[in-house]
Amino acid sequence: MTHHQQVDFDDNVSRALNDTQLIKNIKAAMGTLVSKRKTIFSNEAETEQLRTLGNALKQKALSKLPQLLEQLEEKCTQNGIKVHWAETTSEANHQVLEIMRSHGATRLVKGKSMVSEEMELNAFLQKNGIEALETDLGEFIIQLNHEKPAHIIVPAIHKNKDQISKIFHEKIPNTPYTEDVAELTAIARKTLRKKFYEAEVGLSGVNFAVAETGTLCLVENEGNGRMCTTVPGVHIALMGLEKVVEKLEDLPPLLRLLTGSATGQLITTYVNMITTARKQGEKDGPKEVHLIILDNGRSQIFADPDRRQTLQCIRCGTCLSHCPVYNRIGGHAYGYTYPGPIGKILNPQVEGLKAAGVLATASSLCNACEEVCPVKIQIPDLIRRIRNESYSKDPASTMEGHGYKRNLLETLTWMIWEKTNTYPIINAVGLKILSVLGITLPKIGPLKNWTRYRARPELAPKSLHELVKHHGVDHE
Amino acid sequence: MSEGSRDRIFSRLHAASRQTSTPDSQPPGLPILEYSRKEKIEKLKTLMEAMRTEVHIGSAKNWETSLAGILDQRKVKSLLYAPRTDIGQSLENHWKNDSGHSLQLIPYENDIEQLKETVFNVDAGITSAVGAIAETGALILWPSEKEPRLMSIVPTIHIAVLNADTIHNTLLEAMQKENWSEKMPTNAVLVSGPSKTADIEMTLAFGVHGPKELIVLILED
Repeated sequence: MTHHQQVDFDDNVSRALNDTQLIKNIKAAMGTLVSKRKTIFSNEAETEQLRTLGNALKQKALSKLPQLLEQLEEKCTQNGIKVHWAETTSEANHQVLEIMRSHGATRLVKGKSMVSEEMELNAFLQKNGIEALETDLGEFIIQLNHEKPAHIIVPAIHKNKDQISKIFHEKIPNTPYTEDVAELTAIARKTLRKKFYEAEVGLSGVNFAVAETGTLCLVENEGNGRMCTTVPGVHIALMGLEKVVEKLEDLPPLLRLLTGSATGQLITTYVNMITTARKQGEKDGPKEVHLIILDNGRSQIFADPDRRQTLQCIRCGTCLSHCPVYNRIGGHAYGYTYPGPIGKILNPQVEGLKAAGVLATASSLCNACEEVCPVKIQIPDLIRRIRNESYSKDPASTMEGHGYKRNLLETLTWMIWEKTNTYPIINAVGLKILSVLGITLPKIGPLKNWTRYRARPELAPKSLHELVKHHGVDHE
Repeated sequence: MSEGSRDRIFSRLHAASRQTSTPDSQPPGLPILEYSRKEKIEKLKTLMEAMRTEVHIGSAKNWETSLAGILDQRKVKSLLYAPRTDIGQSLENHWKNDSGHSLQLIPYENDIEQLKETVFNVDAGITSAVGAIAETGALILWPSEKEPRLMSIVPTIHIAVLNADTIHNTLLEAMQKENWSEKMPTNAVLVSGPSKTADIEMTLAFGVHGPKELIVLILED
């Protein structure tokens, strides 16, 4: 597992909330994404049917996950694709490096891959003398600025065009300053064309891997994915082990859900289906294709029947766009690879509660994420599960680091609360004492934090019980 | 290293999946759409034009003439084509007989390793589309030994020639009728328009990495 430095989430949130430009950029873009999605999913009954189908297809795939992965491996191997298994991100990084070195290669062009972000592949390769270049426009922008993606689908969405103009002007040699989006796009095209031409190896993610045929399915709009997977002599595809689906015919509904949810498109510009390496007689395409299948905590998540639904995720990012918290703090504040609601349940399960459990506190449990999730992951339930396990010493808890938040003060408080609410007499006496003495809750311990943005509850001179006793109840 | 990892991953997955059962029934699939031939052409055209594709509907008898007009209009000087396909043959015949024009026809005859510079510098590429999908508006490209993959992604302009009889209602129908699961090629691609991006402020810009223009010739007879 990747060992991040402890993220200071509170500090990140405060900084994000004070960054008015950031919040403005994020809000505008999320509004567009939300309304674009609505145009595709305008028929509620149909959308519901489609989501039910998407949920069933991913559940079916997970119900036979080991068999499907074996089938995928067998098919890919038959098709001339070399399959590698990585338990950890570090192992996957070394597999990429090994492949590069076996070809004496030093230049890698990358299509968008969240798994590669999870692996922190770029930094690793750079340390080993290899240029790993992002070619998706959004990823290219943030790589120039040494940042991480702020959104799963639109990585540079926290930047507006003035900021991007500045980044291009400063970071790409001989680039005049321009705020014209078409011109900025043309600059990226020119810069990256040369890189596609020169790179020895291309890397991509995988949206769906079809066990039946061994087909790797990738969706994109820019064409950089097709360039990365077709121009260089070697192609490396990275996928989390949850990306496998059973049949080719499972793709049409899943593709519809993915592109509709992600960008509000009926279909992306390109749906790229790769099944084999270059065959004898074919004139282009990579002669070697590698598929690296990453676990990195996923098999642990798989082992728990409730947590397993986390692996249904197709990384459409729509839970981010619809999340009131994400809309106010953006993606970077979360501090981990996957921001937003899906990140709140995924990162803590992968990195452990102690490291990332705090993310689950950043939710109002408004359920927006669950309502839009194309595969119906019950994200709020899992957020609550993480919150509970953060305090749970129960040996049945399955999350790494469970019980890390447990402390004497809170345990005692809740024990007393439980007693006073089980025995009415203790409750009445306790409340009486509190109201007579006029004590409001002291701003100490967890209450200090809790009351930072909330008013403390004040106790009325008479409790409801007493009022009822005195006045009686008016039945209307 | 990978061997041990593989075994450990699978032993965890197998151990975990013993406790679960397969969901019993699958909910109904996507609605089945049945367009008429005319509707399919119309739907495909409308959707692809909305994605800024230029769609021409013409005849198999004189499509080369329409193509010549399209190329002239754009001042295309060089066209990458696949000489061993039907389209390639027609192009060769047409341009052989039609002298006095300035178009250079470039055959994709060698491996990319010998042809890379040419492919990256050509003005336009022309390929066939083996089919299309009316519902979502997309071409089905099925590159082959005869018709290499890069022709439809590297050149600045991509021209695709489609027989109207091969338009399917839906992607699922194409997969089922054409029995895809038995014969997936090295690479199959659905294309719904020219390359585009909205990564800067959600503003749509075309031609970021792939073709800046997609032109589709639908042959109706």
